[in-house]
Amino acid sequence: MRRITSIAAAGVMSAALALGVTACGDSSSSSSSSSDSKGKKTALAYDIGGRGDQSFNDAAYAGLAKAEKDLGVKGTEAEPSDGESDADKVQRLTSLARAGNNPVIGVGFAYAPAIKKVAPKFPKITFGIIDDASVTGKNIANIVFNEEQGSYLAGVAAAKVTKTNTVGFIGGVETPLIKKFEAGFTQGVKDTKSSVKVISQYLTQPPNFDGFSKPDLGKAAAQGQLDKKADVIYSAAGLAGSGAIEAVSKAGKWNIGVDSDQYSQKGLAAYKESILTSVTKDVEDSVFNLIKSVQDGKPQSGEVRYGLDKDGVGLAMSNPAFTKMTDVIKAVDKAKQEIIDGKITVKTAP
Amino acid sequence: MKKLDKDRLILGFAGPVLALVVAFVLSTLVLLVSNRDPFELYRLLFEQASYSDVQVLIINQAGTYYLAALAVAVGFRMNLFNIGVDGQYRLAAMMAALVGASVDLPGPLEIALIVIVAMLVGAFWAGIAGILKTTRGVSEVVATIMLNSIATSLIAWLILPKNFGDQAAGSNNLTTGEIHESGWFPGLSLGPESGEIYGFTFVAAGCGLVYWFVLNRTRFGFDLRATGASESAAQASGVDAKKMVLTSMLVSGAVAGLAGMPTLLGDTHTYSLDFPVGIGFTGITIALLGRNHPVGIALSALLIAFLDKASSPLDQFGFEKEIATIMQGLIVISVVISYELVRRYGTRRQQQKVGEELAAGHALTTEKEAAL
Repeated sequence: MRRITSIAAAGVMSAALALGVTACGDSSSSSSSSSDSKGKKTALAYDIGGRGDQSFNDAAYAGLAKAEKDLGVKGTEAEPSDGESDADKVQRLTSLARAGNNPVIGVGFAYAPAIKKVAPKFPKITFGIIDDASVTGKNIANIVFNEEQGSYLAGVAAAKVTKTNTVGFIGGVETPLIKKFEAGFTQGVKDTKSSVKVISQYLTQPPNFDGFSKPDLGKAAAQGQLDKKADVIYSAAGLAGSGAIEAVSKAGKWNIGVDSDQYSQKGLAAYKESILTSVTKDVEDSVFNLIKSVQDGKPQSGEVRYGLDKDGVGLAMSNPAFTKMTDVIKAVDKAKQEIIDGKITVKTAP
Repeated sequence: MKKLDKDRLILGFAGPVLALVVAFVLSTLVLLVSNRDPFELYRLLFEQASYSDVQVLIINQAGTYYLAALAVAVGFRMNLFNIGVDGQYRLAAMMAALVGASVDLPGPLEIALIVIVAMLVGAFWAGIAGILKTTRGVSEVVATIMLNSIATSLIAWLILPKNFGDQAAGSNNLTTGEIHESGWFPGLSLGPESGEIYGFTFVAAGCGLVYWFVLNRTRFGFDLRATGASESAAQASGVDAKKMVLTSMLVSGAVAGLAGMPTLLGDTHTYSLDFPVGIGFTGITIALLGRNHPVGIALSALLIAFLDKASSPLDQFGFEKEIATIMQGLIVISVVISYELVRRYGTRRQQQKVGEELAAGHALTTEKEAAL
């Protein structure tokens, strides 16, 4: 009796595995309405974190929102689930493309393998990918930023402002992308004043992305650096950076923010006086520009690089305390010009 | 005898069914309270699951979950809580990917090498916790949780470009390099619209059979279940409990090592920063839900994979896809409660029955006595 039920059970199991295969032939996108390919639709596929990360994904969304308002396109957003694989991303991009969205934008380098597979199947649709230039194709626009250039300027400012000859760098998660921030910052500091010490620290290692999302981690790291006499701390750590900003502000030292102008961010209003400046990365406009280029019939293709020259990255000038430091501003402007002229090449890895 | 089997079968099914019904009712309540139309949501979920490409995703994901859950279940049968499946499969996948990228053997040999490396690494990582438990009495729960963190750091260090990692020009990702093509496990293609079922999914199903056979039809399986039921009793009957702890940790780890293989061999062919994480923890849920039974685990793996995959496009229809996470959470809670309820009911029923039989027997004997 038992033997028979067990064998039957094993049969049921293999049948269950095979069941879906034969059940029906429709795929998710062949049945969804896809006639509206004339292109008033566009889609963003987010990376882990998704909307509400107060950083990268939100900046991309701001670009989409601007396009919805100014260009009258209809935006669709898709978020990933935890622990998903490339296959899920392929499916997501495929269904977005089949639904007639153009362009389809993958926010974050994790979309690279998926875009490599999906883009050739939809030659008439433009695929955008932010922070990756490794997958190329006629209908792929690779939006990349020279984060190291903006960070270099932050390094110049930090070296000029520090009184203890010690500055700090806090990276969210130890990925090559964040290392670009560290490399630029360190080089900027050392080129300006080689005697200044840079303390570098990362909050977490991938695949643990808490370092971008947990303010308490940033706070603890900042505390440690303050104890080591750092008086200017640059945090490139997304939402976790707000914890560092809080700690540094309470100690009466200088912060350098990241991604958007954090001096004017509402959530950080209590600490704004301590935010010397921010290294900005204009993800918002890069997304808007890509959507606009498709609407104008001249879609961007290949590498679209945003550096200091196009103000794609830069240093925020909104804190009056910062703009009053004329010699610091002068040094920053000089370095900026030299980078644009190619006299200074900023390293992308520490 | 037959009657008892039927009772056991009904009770066995009652747990999961009760859990699912309760979870369904609770989910509906949550949706109603938050002003969402539950029936529209259920319709969307089933509509998604009727599409062939989503079905392929579900099956592939279920295969991966199945392996992770089997690994957890091996420990559960032994009363060991291997929370470290997550770290074990990630470290195993990474090491296996490294070996696959640097060694080039013909076809099946390459695949066999990669799989064996993965199993060895997984077993090694779990074995550390096993040795700590048998020699120093360290709880395997604590040890495996810590080993998860250590695995994360170790992988992060190994994958640095200055060590074994590889960063393609223009990319912000780190990989272990691509596995040689001979090591790609062929899948079952269902046409360009639907995609491909990973070949390793079938291996996962086979592992289920092996799991059933080893546990129920071998001396080792008997010893394992006996030790799980009562360590001292097993020891008294001549089972070396310490050896069993270590062996089952090793087996659990080796199976955990396989969990990364469907994705690695069937799709990505490399271990990168965005390799799927968290499968080990989902595996715990699935093993619990499936009551450590190979068929139960398969069905629950399919259920959880269905909720995962069918929910992911919900954003586009105005629902938050986190609803699926809530539903999964409700299922886990209902499972724990309903299994306990059913167990108590079963025990009480048994006691009653035995009581009745005894009473009947007693009545019989008293009658006899009276007759004498």
